[in-house]
Amino acid sequence: MKSLKKYSPVFVLPTFAAFMIGFILPFIAGIYLSFCKFTTVQDAKFVGFSNYTKIFQDDTFVHALWYTILFTIVSVITINLFAFIIASFLTKAMKGTNLFRTVFFMPNLIGGIILGWIWQLIINGVLLYFNRTITYSEVYGFWGLIVLMNWQQIGYMMIIYIAGIQNIPGDLIEAAQIDGASKWQTLIKVKIPMLMPSITICTFLTMTNGFKLFDQNLALTGGAPSEKSQLLALNIFETFYGRNGWEGVGQAKAVVFCILVIAIAMVQLKATRSKEVQQ
Amino acid sequence: MKKKIVCAMMCVAMVATSLVGCGSKADDTATDNAGTETTDDAAGDDAAAADDAAANAGSGKVYYLNFKPEQAEAWQDLAASYTDQTGVEVVVETAASGTYEDTLKSEMAKSEAPTLFQVNGPVGLANWKDYCYDLSGTALYDQVKSDDFVLKDGDAVQGIAYVIETYGIIYNVKLMQEYCAMDGAVVASADEINSFDTLKAVADDIQAKKDELGVLGAFASAGMDSSSDWRFKTHLANLPIYYEYKDKGIGSTDAIEGTYLDNYKQIWDLYITDSTCDKALLSSKTGEDAAAEFACGDAVFYQNGTWAYGDITADGLTDDDLGMLPIYIGAPGEENQGLCTGSENYWCVNKNASEEDIQSTLAFLEWVVTSDEGRDCLANTMGFTTPFKAFDEDVKYKAQNPLISAADGYVAAGKTSVAWCFTSMPSETWKNGVGAALTEYAQGTGDWDAVKTAFVDGWATEYAAANGQ
Repeated sequence: MKSLKKYSPVFVLPTFAAFMIGFILPFIAGIYLSFCKFTTVQDAKFVGFSNYTKIFQDDTFVHALWYTILFTIVSVITINLFAFIIASFLTKAMKGTNLFRTVFFMPNLIGGIILGWIWQLIINGVLLYFNRTITYSEVYGFWGLIVLMNWQQIGYMMIIYIAGIQNIPGDLIEAAQIDGASKWQTLIKVKIPMLMPSITICTFLTMTNGFKLFDQNLALTGGAPSEKSQLLALNIFETFYGRNGWEGVGQAKAVVFCILVIAIAMVQLKATRSKEVQQ
Repeated sequence: MKKKIVCAMMCVAMVATSLVGCGSKADDTATDNAGTETTDDAAGDDAAAADDAAANAGSGKVYYLNFKPEQAEAWQDLAASYTDQTGVEVVVETAASGTYEDTLKSEMAKSEAPTLFQVNGPVGLANWKDYCYDLSGTALYDQVKSDDFVLKDGDAVQGIAYVIETYGIIYNVKLMQEYCAMDGAVVASADEINSFDTLKAVADDIQAKKDELGVLGAFASAGMDSSSDWRFKTHLANLPIYYEYKDKGIGSTDAIEGTYLDNYKQIWDLYITDSTCDKALLSSKTGEDAAAEFACGDAVFYQNGTWAYGDITADGLTDDDLGMLPIYIGAPGEENQGLCTGSENYWCVNKNASEEDIQSTLAFLEWVVTSDEGRDCLANTMGFTTPFKAFDEDVKYKAQNPLISAADGYVAAGKTSVAWCFTSMPSETWKNGVGAALTEYAQGTGDWDAVKTAFVDGWATEYAAANGQ
């Protein structure tokens, strides 16, 4: 134990250095750049808050913000609901649970861009019967993204819920049954409170994923039509790279975006943590 | 035990990743050294041509960020050959289609930034002019036939066009002949099409007889996917702008009036009505879709330019099958209108590169446009029509394909070429706005007024935003 303490800086150093170089320094540079006007990051000129005032003059940002919030709400609810239902089925004693767990987890192993293309093909193939394509309106894009994200993330969240369910001590359930609790009551009063740590993690993950979603959005609709199916991350990317002279505004949007996600994640963690119970 | 092995493997992986960065750096330096050594070797070579080139090739490096994916391989080969002859390292990277500005932006921020890049015209130049080396007084500038092909900022020459291109409505000659031979054909040959009204009559008739003719539609799909929408939001939009500029005698403006927007509407209506696919599907149709429809004989007309030659001949169409018509929009005097000819590819040399690198880049460019190998590659492998004097010395340095011949034919017949006024469009955002409105109009979720607003009002706001007013 003593030697561990002695050498801990040595062990921490590589990760710490990587974290500084790969995260902290670019983050600070990014905040600085959000106050600058630049073409490439090396010729930045300080311009004060003008980038931030431009953000909300840009209609696409406000639209993307609402679109993202709506998307996140719907995807958090659907993903967690389905993941929980599947997890409760796959923790019952039945044949082939391991196979099903693997199958449900598989989509998570495929990269976002590829998933986006695959689902674009599938959805366009179906919509073709109705003489439509996914880029016809942002409503199609929205539900396309929801389906895609559900398909991809349910498996991952399911694994977390399965671990949680298996950790619930059997005697608690038994005690509830002896006390005459119905299945529903057992679920609401015993299982879910015991699962709060899993729920905290899963809502945190799905929510931040929803806000940060980029590749799936890019590949599925690319923001079409008229940038109306753009989520925030894609909107920031398009501002930074797609619009000459607006690089600083893109950077400022990114800072606002970061603060927003941190704030919401904090509130969520606090809210769900407070419901966790000690075993 | 198992845990220990996994742990050990993780450690190895971690160390390996952290060393990768250093590894490639070491490699770079190695090539650098090798590069310098070869330069010395080459200088001692006896080959006269190589000696000549090597003498003024300089000691720097060339890094060309190429815009045209179609010619990526040809550039690589040409660069390798130049390196063999002079020992100067020439790196050619090509940005993926539609991502040039993104790539340039991130590459320029690196310490090994491109020494040679390109802008797409005056508006593109505005963003990069602080990076452009003044090319006046260089051998490359001496080679340019006229100042029409350069971008200037005051007296400084900041960009030089290296390829002159032409677009119009490419048509399938064989299908046209079959159509003309049918009973009740509107025209006896494609040559009779010299106005919007005739074009529309022919297209409508072909659309009506598409099953007899064995096609899916008169025009290949006017796809509004990002791989194809530039054909309409930029190239087609050029025509109303061209006629407005012509009426006013100007070359750019801070506010467009949209006097020819009704003509824009009627050609767009024609494209989406007499088409191979339903209007509602246009938003997902790609550039490949349209090229494939034309190449397989499913469509008679296809709006695109000389650069599309390779794509549309890949599936069995021969040179004899290809012809090109001007894009008629129903403007007055259009019977004398030719094809749209211009350039949106201007070479710029990075001012911030080291002096040696700049000199090497200029020497490389001189070699490309004057040496036999360079001229042969540009004209015959890449198929470029260039604005450089040295290419006129020999007929074998003249690019040949039926689309280029068609363009020459219109010029020879005394038709007036349409200038590429779209290089004066205020910004990409403007183009995107027009493109989005066109798509919504086509699929029926928006109306034409939205296109007008995007075109006219969008121009004013974007011009003001781009010019800091």
